[in-house]
Amino acid sequence: MLSKIVRTAANQLILFILIFGLYVIAHGHLTPGGGFQGGAVIVSGVVMLLVAFSSKELKKSLRERTLSVMESSGALIFIGLAFAGIGIAFFYNFLVGTPIFGRIPVTGPNPGDIWTGGVIPLMNFAVGLKVVAGLSAVVLAMALFSSGEEIEE
Amino acid sequence: MMEHVPLNFPFLAAALLVGISFYILIFKRNLIKLIMGIGMLASGVNLFLVALGYRAGGNAPIYTDVPEGPMVLPVPQALTLTSIVINVAVLALMLTMVILIYRHTGNIDSKKSRILKG
Amino acid sequence: MRQVIGLIVLLVVIAFLVSGMLQFIHPFGYPPSDIDDYIIEKAQEETASNNVVASVVFDYRGFDTLGEATILFTAVTGVLLLLRTVKRKEKNS
Repeated sequence: MLSKIVRTAANQLILFILIFGLYVIAHGHLTPGGGFQGGAVIVSGVVMLLVAFSSKELKKSLRERTLSVMESSGALIFIGLAFAGIGIAFFYNFLVGTPIFGRIPVTGPNPGDIWTGGVIPLMNFAVGLKVVAGLSAVVLAMALFSSGEEIEE
Repeated sequence: MMEHVPLNFPFLAAALLVGISFYILIFKRNLIKLIMGIGMLASGVNLFLVALGYRAGGNAPIYTDVPEGPMVLPVPQALTLTSIVINVAVLALMLTMVILIYRHTGNIDSKKSRILKG
Repeated sequence: MRQVIGLIVLLVVIAFLVSGMLQFIHPFGYPPSDIDDYIIEKAQEETASNNVVASVVFDYRGFDTLGEATILFTAVTGVLLLLRTVKRKEKNS
């Protein structure tokens, strides 16, 4: 555990990193970015918290049960959206034309409209959830294994 | 054939990266250096994929406020995205195995940690 | 001796790659593009999104993204399986 100045600065900075990562995930169909890139930004914020506080402190907040449920639900939402258009083809974009996310943009260069995209923004959220839960579980397991482990015989 | 040399610099850089990583994988014995060589091979292949789809004077393939001109090809960029994520997953598994080998045999030389005990 | 053989192998591999690259690859900046012209034309009507790369990753080539998500899930499962800390209880004989 590092000194008090580092801990206070990390507590303030994690909010801005989380907001920026969610912006990159949510606007994946208008600007460069998407699910994988935004997930990597949020995981780098979690690694900053892991360095400032030790891994034993962080284990009380990020429990294993929560991360496992997050990753599995991300995978299930992705496959559910892929199977929902099975009437015509696998991975068919069935939301184009419907009022949920389905406005068609003007052809050619235009300022973007956020309610376009079809099934792509929902798939971005599912993949972002999966990447955040998976990579932060891997980093936390590596830090816990090599710092303190109890093998008592 | 020699007039292609001043134009093809990204392909030359990718060939140099792949060649140096072959040398590392054949002739080095430390396990951490081998893992760094595999990472360098991944970087060379990703650079080659992205450089294959460049159009001279092109812009990014996104229609939001794009200036006039041709667009760069989008399919090699999608393949590079998949390749980067797969390399991250394989690198995580390799580093875990190096941690376990060091815990059980005590050194990370690939010739000394091959002997079965017990 | 080992280092001389190593340098010769390095030079042979780099010469082979560079010669193959100078003969067979198109000049940098003018690629052959048949299917990419179709995708750039029609991506805004068929998939209704401004980002052509996102529509290629999730709509035109969505099966590759499904395989990549499976690989990520399998790798995370494998890492968490190998890094378990074992607590063995004391046995009273």
